[in-house]
Amino acid sequence: MAKRIDIANLDAYYGTFKAVGDVSLSIEPKSVTAFIGPSGCGKSTVLRTINRMHEVIPRAYVTGQVLLDGEDIYGPDIDPVNVRRTIGMVFQRPNPFPTMSISENVVAGLTLDGKKRSKAELDSIVERSLRQANLWEEVKERLDRPGGGLSGGQQQRLCIARAIAVQPQILLMDEPCSALDPISTLAIEDLIEQLKADYTIVIVTHNMQQAARVSETTAFFNLPGVGQPGRLVEIAPTERIFSNPTQEATEDYISGRFG
Amino acid sequence: MSTTQMTPAPATEPALHDLLAGRQLPRWAPLAAAAAGIVISLLLNLISAVDGVAGTAVVAAILFVIFQTGWSLRVEGRRHAVDRLATTAVYATFVIAATPLIAVLATVFVKGIKVISMTFLTHSMRNVDTQGPGGGLQHAIVGTFQQVGLAALMGVPLGILAAIYLVEYTADAKSSRLARAIGFVVDVMTGVPSVIVGLFVYSAFILTLGLPRSGFAAAIALAILMLPVVVRSTEEMLRIVPRELREASLALGIPRWRTITKIVLPTALAGIITGVMLAIARIAGETAPLLLTTFLSQSFNYNAFKGPQAALPTFIWDQFTSGTQASQDRAWGGALVLITIVMLFYAGARLIARFTGVKKF
Ligand SMILES: Nc1ncnc2c1ncn2[C@@H]1O[C@H](COP(=O)(O)OP(=O)(O)O)[C@@H](O)[C@H]1O
Ligand SMILES: [Mg+2]
Repeated sequence: MAKRIDIANLDAYYGTFKAVGDVSLSIEPKSVTAFIGPSGCGKSTVLRTINRMHEVIPRAYVTGQVLLDGEDIYGPDIDPVNVRRTIGMVFQRPNPFPTMSISENVVAGLTLDGKKRSKAELDSIVERSLRQANLWEEVKERLDRPGGGLSGGQQQRLCIARAIAVQPQILLMDEPCSALDPISTLAIEDLIEQLKADYTIVIVTHNMQQAARVSETTAFFNLPGVGQPGRLVEIAPTERIFSNPTQEATEDYISGRFG
Repeated sequence: MSTTQMTPAPATEPALHDLLAGRQLPRWAPLAAAAAGIVISLLLNLISAVDGVAGTAVVAAILFVIFQTGWSLRVEGRRHAVDRLATTAVYATFVIAATPLIAVLATVFVKGIKVISMTFLTHSMRNVDTQGPGGGLQHAIVGTFQQVGLAALMGVPLGILAAIYLVEYTADAKSSRLARAIGFVVDVMTGVPSVIVGLFVYSAFILTLGLPRSGFAAAIALAILMLPVVVRSTEEMLRIVPRELREASLALGIPRWRTITKIVLPTALAGIITGVMLAIARIAGETAPLLLTTFLSQSFNYNAFKGPQAALPTFIWDQFTSGTQASQDRAWGGALVLITIVMLFYAGARLIARFTGVKKF
């Protein structure tokens, strides 16, 4: 089920502004890869190129390749809608749909794709996804209540449940804990630990301890200068990045000398 | 050292309190100032320094402002005095703004309620002497419902679709030029007087295309009139739907169009309904375009596609210009019915808006 990602010579633009340049990296299936680096170096941008969410922003485009098990997701006959169904995403701020109940939120990706499904099937998907997201016990009594009534941490787990309900192969997370308290953060980190048995996970994080805790591989991005495109400085097993990075910039960032 | 820390010197407490507390006027101060203003103004009225109800009230109000502000300035200081002055100004503007509205409603109610009866609500003016009493306006109610309904049927979907295009589909440079052009046309349309829209429908549809004078011709004019209001208000509402929601939906692999119809529109629904209501309220009272497109009728005409049809605004105009007491009473009755229908409709729409769209916790 989980698939590998190979990014090759990727440049991402916002209009005429090149936000990141020349990124090449590989992400192993059923692993957690963390993107770290100072603000504005293009971590979110690269993450969003992996499920073709980058081009949703007006005038944004990419050049280069993103291969999913060898298949270029930017190929001419590829439908971005299908790419996104295969590669799910969780955002920085929890964003449950305000017009929907908790259970409707969970299966939104299924009910809104146009195919008919039986109530029983949807119910079982709701339960399965909420259990996977460690949220079932907390919300099973109020599945028809609005998702917006949950706490921030619960909302974020609801969003994770919603993302995994469509059974993607890869899960992208953009600073999923940065709007959450420490307890909720731990809950999400535990969840990531469990999810990596089934999914390939890429997580952007500001928190280096978090990267060290949850990931096997860490990619360090940096901004060479103001107005210049962000760069991938190095990608290596997380222990190596934190104990023995090959690049000086990585070492400086890890040890808190800048960023 | 630890003992001095744990038991702070009592002497510092009053000083701290003085620092934090401020002297305040008693809660009844505004009432007292108002009472003083009224009493003094009445006394001035008695010695004939002021006369008339309005004059006395204005003098009382001015005295109230002077008393309260001066008192507050002495006791509470400048910031509080300015605050009280500003508060008074805000309330005063509210009263000034609400007065004409309430006066209109009250006048229409008082003058209109006289003729309201079962007969008035269930009959037409067919075979009724316009100069004398009697008759009714149900034919006009029927006409207004059909014309406004048809107009909404045409104008609302078109307006909402145009707004969706303007907000959701204008990312690239070419379409954003087109969007600007559409936006400009919409703004110009907002400013076109309704009589000119009526003339346009008359010349383009009735004279040129041979459409008969009918409620439908009127509905076309009304649809054109409501279109810019629907477009602009829907556009505003769509723009305040957070981008995160669209992205959350797209990232689930939900196609663009379904994201718009299932996520964006429902989220903005309450606001869109309000905008549509305002547009309908606006066209429900239009008179000039109706006179040019469907003219007047004293009888029932249930077929909006053929022949002149009555409507409430033209009924009011017709009865008012007939000039007798009886006909003018009917005009006020028509006004009351029109306002009531618009308000009921508005209340209904708010109710619908409340139970759809964003869920409250
Ligand atoms: N929607 C956007 N439009 C234009 N520029 C953007 C947009 N989003 C991000 N950028 C720019 O792209 C660069 C990388 O941003 P981002 O990927 O968000 O960085 P990070 O996630 O590492 O903080 C920054 O210079 C940022 O200003
Ligand atoms: Mg970011």
